Amino acid sequence: MIDDLKTFTTLPDRAPPGSEIGLIAWIRQNLFGSAGSSITTLILVCLFLMYLPPFVEWALINANWVGNERSICDANKAGACWAFIGVRMDQILFGLYFGANPDQVWRPVTIFIIFFTLLIPLMIDKTPRKDILGILLLLVFPALFYVLIYGGVFGIPVADTTQWGGFLLTFALAFIGILFALPIGILLALGRRSEMPVIRAICVTYIEFWRGTPLITILFMASVMLPLFFPAGVDFDKVVRAMIGITLFQSAYTAEAVRGGLSAIPKGQYEAAMALGLGYWKRTIFIILPQALKISIPAIVNTFIALFKDTSLVSIIGLLDLLNMAQTASRSLEWNGYDIEGYLFAGFIFWMFCFGMSRYSQNLERKLDTDRRN
Amino acid sequence: MTIDTQANSIELGETIIKIDGLNKWYGQFHVLKDINLDVKRGERIVICGPSGSGKSTLIRCINRLEVHQEGSIVVDGILLTEDTKHINDVRREVGMVFQHFNLFPHLTVLENCTLALIWVRKMPKKEAEEIAMRYLERVKIPEQSQKYPGQLSGGQQQRVAIARSLCMNPRVMLFDEPTSALDPEMISEVLDVMVGLAEDGMTMLCVTHEMGFARKVANRVIFMDEGQIVEQNEPEAFFNHPQNDRTRLFLSQILQH
Repeated sequence: MIDDLKTFTTLPDRAPPGSEIGLIAWIRQNLFGSAGSSITTLILVCLFLMYLPPFVEWALINANWVGNERSICDANKAGACWAFIGVRMDQILFGLYFGANPDQVWRPVTIFIIFFTLLIPLMIDKTPRKDILGILLLLVFPALFYVLIYGGVFGIPVADTTQWGGFLLTFALAFIGILFALPIGILLALGRRSEMPVIRAICVTYIEFWRGTPLITILFMASVMLPLFFPAGVDFDKVVRAMIGITLFQSAYTAEAVRGGLSAIPKGQYEAAMALGLGYWKRTIFIILPQALKISIPAIVNTFIALFKDTSLVSIIGLLDLLNMAQTASRSLEWNGYDIEGYLFAGFIFWMFCFGMSRYSQNLERKLDTDRRN
Repeated sequence: MTIDTQANSIELGETIIKIDGLNKWYGQFHVLKDINLDVKRGERIVICGPSGSGKSTLIRCINRLEVHQEGSIVVDGILLTEDTKHINDVRREVGMVFQHFNLFPHLTVLENCTLALIWVRKMPKKEAEEIAMRYLERVKIPEQSQKYPGQLSGGQQQRVAIARSLCMNPRVMLFDEPTSALDPEMISEVLDVMVGLAEDGMTMLCVTHEMGFARKVANRVIFMDEGQIVEQNEPEAFFNHPQNDRTRLFLSQILQH
């Protein structure tokens, strides 16, 4: 059709052939693309059909949803006993003190409402004045947490930390762990790459020591050994000890996650920042860390998720977190024998928060990806 | 062969960079040997030479991206030592453009330009943005100011990098192979900006293999090999009557196409 070599005509774009698009095409390409793929698909479908319906029947269809006593559940063994979770909800979520004092449950409920009121707007792009919200969440919220949960002021009865437990304790340990481990970890990662040998040696020693020690050992040491270093009478709170142990441990992991991001920054970025006359801290804060942290987000969130779940290890020093509280509840006289429900419930709560963190980190990665933004 | 001497006619001022007896080693490797170089205000120097001859290292010593072991470098009256304050003083006066642009990918074009104004020159944001826009107009890409570097072509990125340096109002500009990483069709848009700078009297040291640019703009061409300055001359004499065998060999290799 080219009759004239001098004029260039652009051909209009055409849609791809029908066999390449649509649901059928997707299924054919992805599920039955080859013999092996077809067999795998069929086996997995069979497994699902074998195991999913009985579980759904037990967990949802035949389940005992309401009731105050175990006799209801005992009468219908074919279904899960969610009534147990309902009765012991306050204990599993907020610990022994609030489980035993229903009139005080408003305290943890209020604190979680405040937490999510601050957190959710922070996660939405368009929110104005995120800096103020951030400061409120990081500095004011922990103080508020202490006042509301511990009490002892404004006529609020004291809920001693020995009575803290359940999801409330899990949350407190993870929140403090993340809050302190992130800045300490960043400083450690920077220190590990410092040009000053002494700083570098200190940071490497710290990171390798805490990273090489199991958290359970650290918690045990914090509980048993720490008091030996202090004069008699000086008694650290158990929860505070656990928080310190977790922070020491977590900061070493965070440092390694951040270091991964730091080492991915090309030398040219440092040089360009130096050539503009930016000193070490300005260069680090404005040029290096924003890029390094962006790269480290998946690794950092990964360590946070691990930390969130590792808080269960505080049972070694006699603290009952979400998992251990669910276990305790299901071993009580009234509900003995319903541990599967307790574990499933605790697992579900853990999963919700970990999955939430994971999704938010993916979202953040996409948002910060300036390379592909068009 | 015609040489545009118009750009060469600007009167040269006092010495702005003075390098005496400069020696540098990378471990055992002696990369710069007894370099002596005076640069006058308004002078435009092109440094060429085979790869590994130390030309990039030399200009990187001038803003102390590389540390030298012997000799002295004085930039605008400031002696370069380990003193961080002196180093940052020099870096404020000396702009640098890199082979791989080194724009900050997490900042917009405008933020790339204003960052140092705001945090090094302590300028209010609004004033910094006005200056940045002025230089982005000068490199002919004001319309890209809100984009991120990753969305620009190589030539556009390098022009932003030049604007970013110019914002600091430097007395000297260093160019480290500014067109080597560019696609061929984008080289001229960057060279045009550099020619414009030269015409305005900017003191420039430029490591490049763009010999057309050297002929048109430089008032001195320096040839380096094995860490030494082998030969230096005005462009006409340098290209038409090279004295040293190595220079002749190098010129014949890069000019034969």
